[in-house]
Amino acid sequence: MSLIQDYIPRNLPDYATQAPKQFQFNPYADNGGSVVALAGDDFSLIAADTRLSTGYSIYSRKQEKLFKLSDTTVLGCSGCWCDILTLTRVISARMQIYQHEHHKTMTTSATAQMLSTMLYYKRFFPYYVSNILAGLDNDGKGCIYRYDPVGHCEKNTYVAGGSAGALLQPLLDNQVGYLNQENVEKIPLTKDKALSVVKDVFISAAERDIYTGDGITIKIITKDGITEEKFDLRRD
Amino acid sequence: MSSVLAPEIPTPGFSFDLCERNAMLERKGFSAPKAQKTGTTIVGIIYKDGVILGADTRATEGNIVADKKSEKIHYLAKNMYCCGAGTAADTCMTNSMISSQLELHRLNTNRIVPVVTACTMLKQLLFRHQGHISAALIVGGVDNLGPHIYVIYPHGSTDHLPYATMGSGSLAAMSVFESRWKPDMSEEEGKALVSDAIRAGIFNDLGSGNSVDLCIIRKGSLDYLCPYELSCVKGEKQGSYRYKKGTTAVLTKTVRPIIVEEECVRRVETECMDTSS
Amino acid sequence: MSILAYNGGAIIAMKGKNCVAIAADRRFGIKAQTISCDFQKIYEMGPYLYLGLPGLATDSQTVMERLRFRLNLYELKENRKIHPKTFGSMISNLLYEKRFGPYFVEPVVAGLDPETFEPFICNMDLIGCLNLPEDFVVGGTCSEQLYGMCEAVYESNLQADDLFETISQAMVNACDRDAISGWGAIVYMIEKDKVTSRTIKTRMD
Repeated sequence: MSLIQDYIPRNLPDYATQAPKQFQFNPYADNGGSVVALAGDDFSLIAADTRLSTGYSIYSRKQEKLFKLSDTTVLGCSGCWCDILTLTRVISARMQIYQHEHHKTMTTSATAQMLSTMLYYKRFFPYYVSNILAGLDNDGKGCIYRYDPVGHCEKNTYVAGGSAGALLQPLLDNQVGYLNQENVEKIPLTKDKALSVVKDVFISAAERDIYTGDGITIKIITKDGITEEKFDLRRD
Repeated sequence: MSSVLAPEIPTPGFSFDLCERNAMLERKGFSAPKAQKTGTTIVGIIYKDGVILGADTRATEGNIVADKKSEKIHYLAKNMYCCGAGTAADTCMTNSMISSQLELHRLNTNRIVPVVTACTMLKQLLFRHQGHISAALIVGGVDNLGPHIYVIYPHGSTDHLPYATMGSGSLAAMSVFESRWKPDMSEEEGKALVSDAIRAGIFNDLGSGNSVDLCIIRKGSLDYLCPYELSCVKGEKQGSYRYKKGTTAVLTKTVRPIIVEEECVRRVETECMDTSS
Repeated sequence: MSILAYNGGAIIAMKGKNCVAIAADRRFGIKAQTISCDFQKIYEMGPYLYLGLPGLATDSQTVMERLRFRLNLYELKENRKIHPKTFGSMISNLLYEKRFGPYFVEPVVAGLDPETFEPFICNMDLIGCLNLPEDFVVGGTCSEQLYGMCEAVYESNLQADDLFETISQAMVNACDRDAISGWGAIVYMIEKDKVTSRTIKTRMD
């Protein structure tokens, strides 16, 4: 490679013969979207924006990116939309099989482990999806799992992912994790605080990330079930 | 290096001394970063009394909005303005260079500079650089021959049209024009049409956004409305993130007062420039 | 890998009420290897004028020296202090001259008008496209993180003390999510009668 490049006459790049270029079919698309999840002592909250886009154009302004897997588990996905659809369908099928085989619903931690295995199973042609799984653990405490596209799984209490993940994460560190603050009272996360932080981080992400906007859906998971809330963002 | 005896006389035009080094870095695998783009919707139409130019105000760097209030309708002369799309620095600098040449041209010829002059100067500059200056422009203005809209592509080709759109949102904006533009529109109709076209770009194109700028040029008068309309506003924050004093741990602190030792004011009588000849 | 991320670094400037603040991290590294933790990225160009140059360190020093040369000539010729906006245009012209072989820096300017003491901030991309916002500007390798922080925590018309807390928190938390900036940070608070510089405590990893 370097030999060919060194051969190029330096001052006439436009007329130089270039090495043949190979074009390949790219099986992936990036459809944007961001997901945020926070866990409290008796609840967990997950939110995703509702814009589905490609390049500079918008496919949909009202696309739900949160998938209810059971009464205590919700999966938030962003990335390649076709992979998301396939992945979530396979997950729900496998959860149904589990239900029939064991006569009980899969717990959040079991789902988290299954998702990791499913992603790693496709190690060399991965699902191009950034997953965040929110739910309640066996003691009823909120728990969040984040994944990379090939199945690395990490349990957390606050997570941001997707196209605006980099914009959202430091504010969560600061406001939910109380990092880098001196003399501050570390109050356990309440539902109200979680809601307002989530809305605020999305407002600021919508200002600066072009793939995040239109609106967000927030799902709050408690032992009594899942409640949903919607919130509007800027549409440009 | 220059000195008082042998001052450095800079050569005009671009300097290419770093090209070789940057090409070497590129060969070593350090890709050159992307410059700020305007990823834009810009439009221009001719109406009954003149022309109306419109633009959005977003400048992007990849998927990040780098500037929410970038002014994309640039001044060329008193009777013409120019909308720019493409690399932000290119449109800005190209317009300011041509604008100064037009002013000199006006002083030389002592008459209103025709819009076609600006168009020719711009296209010659862009053609000379073979498309490497990535500026896609819409020049609009009114001269003695009436109102004109010129479209200039980055390689230097031009079009003379009654209504035109450019930038990443050009298709969205053109769909509005193709369905609703007609000759001899009133100013109110024209303003509504142009702002609708820009709004189509703002909402349907991710590279355009924030607010609508308009510039209305009539024979002898001009309105520069910036912003004409805010199409989207930032959401209301739910909480306050003001930190208590002492939240950040400070390691060292030095305060340096600025002391003004002496102040001397020297009045200079202003004298009008001699423009008689 | 982009050449702008070769040495790493982050800079923010924010407007307050009768004051401006500019902050930078202090890491100097070569890719992932850290060389020093007391590197200067903000340069004092006048009593009320500060310039931050994130990007490739060699270019940031060259650009600073060239600017100092042009600035000295300007101030000798005009016999007055430069307005920060004029200084912004000066940088912009210097960078655009190198349009086809650019310096890999994204300058940030913060200062007060030498006559009216009006706060001023601006930044530009590597070929000199000026950006003059009302609130804050950022630059460097963790600009995404900085944008996220600043958009959320910034409020207009903050007093100097509050502005210091806001800018420092934005800086520290953003740098924590970037592997190649951080390792100490410095904040300059520019007011009419004084300039306060503080080094702040950050994670050193």
